Amino acid sequence: MRAVVTITRRGEIADPEGATIQRALVDLGYTEVDVVRVNRTIEVSMPGRDGEYVLTAVRGMCEKMLANPVMEDYEIEILD
Amino acid sequence: MTIGIVAFPGTNCEHDVAYALESLGAATVPVWHRETSLEGLEAVVLPGGFAHGDYLRAGAIARFSPIMAAVEKLAGEGRPVLGICNGFQVLCEAGLLPGALIANRDLRFICRPVRLRVESTDSILTRTAAVGQVLTIPLNSYEGNYIPGPETPNAILRYCEPDGAVTEGANPNGSTTGIAGIANATGSVAGLMPHPERAVEDFMASTDGRVLLESFVASLEPAGTARA
Repeated sequence: MRAVVTITRRGEIADPEGATIQRALVDLGYTEVDVVRVNRTIEVSMPGRDGEYVLTAVRGMCEKMLANPVMEDYEIEILD
Repeated sequence: MTIGIVAFPGTNCEHDVAYALESLGAATVPVWHRETSLEGLEAVVLPGGFAHGDYLRAGAIARFSPIMAAVEKLAGEGRPVLGICNGFQVLCEAGLLPGALIANRDLRFICRPVRLRVESTDSILTRTAAVGQVLTIPLNSYEGNYIPGPETPNAILRYCEPDGAVTEGANPNGSTTGIAGIANATGSVAGLMPHPERAVEDFMASTDGRVLLESFVASLEPAGTARA
């Protein structure tokens, strides 16, 4: 099975890339846009393993390496 | 007494660091990241560059290179561990220093001399400097914007004006409270974004990096001696 990890920077941590895109969107006429956050997705494939196994393994990967606990949160979605 | 200088794939300042430290009388030895021991070495430097391409996050992959267990052991013994630029990012990812480094506020790669104010002399990087001393040292980074963890970091260097004033205007990258360098609680592990090894000779823009690297060299004690 495959998992998709979405890694988000916590709200209180600056996101210079998101802020730059937000300003550009306002300049483009989308004046109601107040916040843009740029997230990251990582797809992990583990052939022959069931969802529960993959979820546990990917959670471990996030805790150890894929996300930085100082500034990021993560969500894991299991795909077929 | 010998200093190990670690190179990961993508590290590019290891020769400059070796040159600078040897010009101050220290002995150095290159250490490849696949090695697993720092036995017989009194200190270690993680130099600048783009270890493992800075993929995922700067330092995130390097932090799991085989040599890092030995770096953590050396740090655990209270021996001097210094991270410069990318090496600072690796030390943060490894949890040997608190916080993290993210993209510069203005999303620009910054490559120019900056002024630094010495905030504390209680570290391996600043022990022979003076509090309030202003140093001019090149900065060369895209991800130098320091974000602290839950606790207040032990700031040893901050970006400043020529007169030493720490202002937002003197902050090149948006770093929290203008932090350019920090140390752990005991001062034995230190990291900074600017490159002191690029400010050690008269033909360079400045020789102010010497006092920081002299501090580091002065922190060495023979292997086998316990540090308080």
